[in-house]
Amino acid sequence: MDNKNIIARRVAQMLHDGEVVNLGVGIPQLVANWLPEGVELIVHAENGIIGAGGYAPEGEGDPNVVDAGGMMVSVKPGAQFIISTDSFGAIRGGHIDVTILGAYQVDAKGNLANWCLPNKMGGIGGAMDLVSGAKQVVLAMEHTQKGNHKIVDHCTYPLTGVGVVDVIVTEMGFMRVTDRGIVLEEINPAYTLEQVQAATGAQLIIPEDLKEMDVID
Amino acid sequence: MNKVTTVSEAFSHIKDHDTIMVGGFLMCGSPEYLIHTFLEHPAKHLTIVNNDMGEYGSSLTPLLASGRVDDIICTWIVRNPAAQAMYKANPKCLHINPQGTLTERIRAGGFGIAAFYTPTGVGTIIEEGKDTRWFNGRKYIMETALRANVAFIHASVADESGNIYMKGSSKNYNAAMATAADYVIVEADEIVPVGGIDPELVTVSGIYVNAVVPVPKKD
Repeated sequence: MDNKNIIARRVAQMLHDGEVVNLGVGIPQLVANWLPEGVELIVHAENGIIGAGGYAPEGEGDPNVVDAGGMMVSVKPGAQFIISTDSFGAIRGGHIDVTILGAYQVDAKGNLANWCLPNKMGGIGGAMDLVSGAKQVVLAMEHTQKGNHKIVDHCTYPLTGVGVVDVIVTEMGFMRVTDRGIVLEEINPAYTLEQVQAATGAQLIIPEDLKEMDVID
Repeated sequence: MNKVTTVSEAFSHIKDHDTIMVGGFLMCGSPEYLIHTFLEHPAKHLTIVNNDMGEYGSSLTPLLASGRVDDIICTWIVRNPAAQAMYKANPKCLHINPQGTLTERIRAGGFGIAAFYTPTGVGTIIEEGKDTRWFNGRKYIMETALRANVAFIHASVADESGNIYMKGSSKNYNAAMATAADYVIVEADEIVPVGGIDPELVTVSGIYVNAVVPVPKKD
C-alpha cells in the first residue's frame, strides 16, 4: 500500500459513526475509502453542503452541486444545501467534529502552517476557520516533504492557527500533540524509532506503551 | 414591480471606483454572463469582492487582466493567473480574508451589523493591525462589515419581482452578497411570473434585488 493510503486508512480508523467531518483535498479525501464497517460520516463541504457524497459518476454530475474543490459530487440521503454564512457558522460554532487537512509545517506546540509558502500567495480559503472552529484537528500528511522536515520545533511559514492541531498521522506513525510536546503513540513497524526521529524536526516523546500502527500490505 | 431589464440598463448604474461583489464559488453559481458582458463596460479603478476570483476560463480572469481592477478582496487566488499576476505586481492590491470571515463580513454589511468578533485567524497575519478582545477566556479578532456599490448574483430561477431560487450549492456567496450592495443585479437562468416560485423555496427575497437580467439560452 502506498503512503497516502496507509495514512488515510489509519485516520479512517479513528472516526466514529455519525461524526460531522470536513475533508481537505488530497490525502484527507482518501479517508472516505477506508471507513470501517458501520461507520458513516456526515461530510461537510464548506462551500455549501452538509451530507456530501463522493464524486458524481461521469456524465451524471450537476454543475450546481460541487464540493469545495469545485468537483461535481453526489449528496447522501438527509443532506442539506446551505449558504456560505451558515456553512461557516457551523464551523465557527463548533458543529464540525473533525477537520482533516494537510500541512506544510506543524510544530511541537500544535501550531499549523498550511496556507502559504514564503513569498508565494495561494490563499486561505476555509482553513483558518476550520482549524479554529472544529472540535478536533487531524493532520493527514506525509512525514517529510521529500526528506525535509514538516514536523518541526517552531513553524517558520505563515501560520494558519496557533495551538490548534490535535493529531498527526503520517506513513511513519500516529502522533498526538500534548502540553508536553508531540507523543508518538503508534509506529509503523516498517520503520525504526531512530528513522522516525531523524525524519522529525522536533523531539518526539516516546511513551512506554508505544504501539504498532495497523498497516496492511 | 417588474424588475426584469436589460443588462445595459442594469450596468448604467456602475461607475468608476465602485466596489462590486461577485457571487459564486469557483464556477459554481458564478454570474458568468454578467461578468463576461461587463468586460465591455468602461468603469475602472474597481474593487472586486469574490471568494476565489474564479478558475481558468472564468471571465474574472480577463477582467482582472484588463487593468480596470485596483483591488481584490477574496480568500484564495490559486486558480486565477491574472489575480496572481496582480499580486506579484502590487501585493497591496490583494486583501485576503479567511473564508468564514469574508462571508460573515458580507452578511454583517447586509444586515446592519457594524463589526463582529471572531476567533478565526488569531495569532496569524489576519490579526495584524486589528482590535482584539477576550471573551470567556478566548481571544477574538474584531472584523468589520463589508458592503459594495453593486452585486452580481446568479439565480437558477428568478421571478419578475426579484425573488430568487438558487439550486444546490450555487447559493454560496450569492445569498449574502444579494443583501449587501446598493444596487443588486441578478442574472437568472429562468424567469417566471411573480408567484412562480413557491415561497418555501425562495432562497433570497426580491426586496434586496434591483434588476433581473435573463441569461441568454445556449443553443
